[in-house]
This record gives sequence, C-alpha cells and structure tokens, in this order.
Amino acid sequence: MLDHSSHRDCAVDVRDLRAGYNSHVALDGVTFTIERGCLAGLVGPNGSGKSTLLKVMLGLHKPWSGEVLIFGHTERPGHGDVGYTPQSELVDWAFPVSVFDVVLMGRYGKLGLVRRPGRRDRDIAMSALERVRLADRAGRQIGELSGGEQRRALIARALAQEAELLLLDEPLAGLDATAQHDLLRLLEELRTEGKTLFVATHDLSCVAADFDHAVLLNRRVVAFGRPADVFNEEKLSEAFQRHLFVLPQGTTIIGP
Amino acid sequence: MSDIADFFVDPWRLEFMRRGLVAATLVSVVAAVVGSYVILKGMAFISDALPHASFGGIAIAFALGGSLYLGGAIAALATALLIGFVSRRGLVRSDAAIGILFVGSFALGLAVISRQKNYTGDLFSFVFGNVLAVTWNDVYLTAAIGAFVLAFVAIFYKELLFTSYDPAMAAAAGLPVPALQYALLALVALTTVIAVQTIGVILVVALLVTPAATAQLLVRSLPAMMALGALIGAASSVIGLYVAWHADLSASASIVLTATALFVVAFAFAPGRGLVWQALPRLNSGSSAVLK
Repeated sequence: MLDHSSHRDCAVDVRDLRAGYNSHVALDGVTFTIERGCLAGLVGPNGSGKSTLLKVMLGLHKPWSGEVLIFGHTERPGHGDVGYTPQSELVDWAFPVSVFDVVLMGRYGKLGLVRRPGRRDRDIAMSALERVRLADRAGRQIGELSGGEQRRALIARALAQEAELLLLDEPLAGLDATAQHDLLRLLEELRTEGKTLFVATHDLSCVAADFDHAVLLNRRVVAFGRPADVFNEEKLSEAFQRHLFVLPQGTTIIGP
Repeated sequence: MSDIADFFVDPWRLEFMRRGLVAATLVSVVAAVVGSYVILKGMAFISDALPHASFGGIAIAFALGGSLYLGGAIAALATALLIGFVSRRGLVRSDAAIGILFVGSFALGLAVISRQKNYTGDLFSFVFGNVLAVTWNDVYLTAAIGAFVLAFVAIFYKELLFTSYDPAMAAAAGLPVPALQYALLALVALTTVIAVQTIGVILVVALLVTPAATAQLLVRSLPAMMALGALIGAASSVIGLYVAWHADLSASASIVLTATALFVVAFAFAPGRGLVWQALPRLNSGSSAVLK
C-alpha cells in the first residue's frame, strides 16, 4: 500500500533523512510516507526531532543526507506547497497587526519582492478567514483573539497561501476541551476538502481517536502507519523510553 | 497679546533656531519610523550601541580632516555588520557581542581625541548634541538620508513587516530574511548618523525608542504606530526647542525630556491600557463597596 515508487498519491515521502545541529544528531535515518488527503500525527517525546523534521520539510533546515519529496519534488522556500503554523509560544501576539494582516502574509511568498498585495490577494485572505469562521474578527489585533481563534487564524494564513500540505506544530497544546474539539473538527473538514495535514502533537488520544496516520518519532522513526498499529505498548515504550500502559479505549497514561 | 505672540514667535527670529527646528524635526520623524521596528524587535540595546559606535568613526574622521558624517556612517555600519557576524558564530551571545563592540569603538574615539592638540569642542558636541550648531548643508544631508530611509521602509514595507513578525515563515515563503535583518540594522545605523549631530551620541536612543513606544500605547497597527510616533517625535522637537529657548536649557536634553514626558502621560492615560484606566474598575468597585 505504501509503495515508494508511486508518488501520485504520496504527499510526503521522506527517505533516510539525517539532520542535526553542529555535531548533535536530531534525525537519524528517518523514513516514512504520508498519503495525499490524510490527517497524520507526528508524535514523540520532547527533543525527539519533531520541530527539526518540520523545518527540513519546510526547506528551512538543510539535512545532512537523505531527501524529502513533497508531492514528488524537493521543497524549496517560496514554492508555496507547504503551509506551516508555528508553536503558539513562538508567535509574537503583541505585535500590532490585525488578524487580516496576518492572514494576508500567506500571500507574500507568491507576490515576490516589492509587489503589494492586490484585490485578489485580499479576497483570498478574506475567504480563508471565512473558511476558519473568523471573518467577523478580521479587524482585531491578533493578540485579542482567544487561544483557539489564534490557532485558526494561523491555519487561515496557511490556507491563504493555497498550500496543499499543512504542517501544524502543536496546534492543540494549551487549548480547553471545547476549543480543541472545534480545532479537530476544522482539521477533519480540511482533510475532507483534500488537504494533507501533518500535525505535531503530544496528545496521543486525539491522534488515536481521530487521525488516519501516525508517525512515532524519536530521532528515528519508531513506527508509522495507522494509529491503532503504531500505538501499542512496545512501540510507545520504545519511543518515550519509559513504560506506557495502553488502555483499551485508546487512552494512554504515562506510568511511573 | 503681543507678549503671547512673542513667546511663540521669538525663537524663530534667529536663523540657527530655524535650522535647528528643521533638523530636529526631520531626525525625530525618521527615528520614530525606524524606531517602530526597534521597539517591536526588542532592538533597543543595539540602537543605543550604534550611535556610540559611530563616535569612533567620527573622531578618526576629525583627526584625518575627513567628513565626520562619512566616518560616523562607516563606523556604525561596520559595527552593525560585525555584531551580526560575531553573534551568528554562536560563540558569544548577541547582547554580549553588542556590548563588546560598541564600547570598543567608543573608546577608540576617546583615545583618538586624547591625542588631538587642537580644539576638540566640536567633537564633544557630537557626544552631547548641538542642534543649534547645525548648518544648512547638515540639514540637506539629513533630509537626503532621511528620505532614503523612509523610501526604503515604504518600498520594502511588506518584507520588513513579515520578517519582523515571523522570520521563520518569511524564510519559508522565500524572503531573503538575513539580508532584510541586516538592512534593518543599516537603517538604524543611518538614522544614527543623521541624529548624532542634532541630538548627540548619548541621547539618540531616546529618539528611536521613546516616540515609537508612546505611539504603541495608543494605537494597534504598525502604520498608525509609525505615523503617530513621527508626530510625537516632531512635537517633542518643537516643544523641546521652545523649552530650551525660554528656560535656557540644552536643546537636545529638552527634546528628549519632552518625549519622555509625553511617554509618561500616555503610560498613565492610554485608553483601555494606561495605569489610570486599569485602576478605574478597582476604584469603581471600591466605591460601590463603600456605598453598601
């Protein structure tokens, strides 16, 4: 089913990726694929290389060896196929920009240097805001939004970019149950519309319950495939380096 | 009646006051626009460092009999590039790199001066600023460099905004982020060069930081922050020169103190965000508790 030779249905094809900083190895022989139109989770302990992997996929960090194919080609900055929402704590929420300004930034890559966003760019940004149900918040300063609304605004920016693959870094962290539920529903809707979503998260139960695919990472890929196959006691213990009890409902508790 | 008219008109009867007014207003407008990025990117320390660093170049140019502006510009730009270079190596934190390099350049300036036999009063006017010693040529040069800086900010507005707000995403979108970050440092350096003559090495940072920070308390968009910051900077220059004239104070000190006073007012009374507004609900609930 996951045949390396067929790129047609493959959104992401990562092959034997090695990457790191100075002499520190962050990713060591990482290989996996994500099918087009999938909602896939990226799970692993802190320091397992999740953020480095996302940076390599965005073309922001040059790997030592191996390759990343996005829809069959190597991603270069400015190509625009890959949208990204950073971790919430890395975003400057106090910056004096409106929600609409932030979403409009999704168009900047396509515009190139010096050219100003035009009518069409504004229309695309506005419909992206409508898509995440934030049109009525367009004029607000970005920091005035609630946690869940902020995540949706960042997703709208990726949609305004007209990216087919969305990389989301910890979009569920720090949200209350309702906001988390709303965000998951939005991700599922986007998948239905044909987007491919790759979500780094610590929330194993969400991935187990709602996602099509999971990549279990700890510098190398411990397992990937359907969450039901990936999240077993042996694989999780190997990835998290401690014993995990897997309960039948799919709820996971980290043991002592 | 004529007394009041005299109060307002008197200072401008003298040409050096008019020149000083034009120079100070130009500089404070440019500084507030560039200063908006300085505030938002947490660059206050480096914007204090570059004027100090420019002093090394100014002193060397003075000793060699060259253009003081050119000397200051070369020293400020070289220091900005070196700070970027040293902190990118990763061996020294960037704030330490800033601290080492700007003091080094400033000390070089002092060393050069200490070897000068002729009168160095002119040089010390760069340290403390002497807006009233500005010539028309200085004003023209200030206007030209200021126009270049403002034009750069206008042309690359979208790029500077994206790079300041979200450098990672800007790089992923294909923008030349390191080049833009160096360009922003160069804009601070150029602003420094036109500001040292009027306001002095030590007080330049106030023009870059204070009006923009005051504006940020009052508005919520970057263009509005730049426009209001420029207005506050210009108002500080005009009011500061009146204060200097009538109270016989240093012009640069008066301008900076006016800007500081405007900041304090905004900090206290900014609608919704100022100290007074934040205290109001508590005062209200306190008084209603007393009534019960």
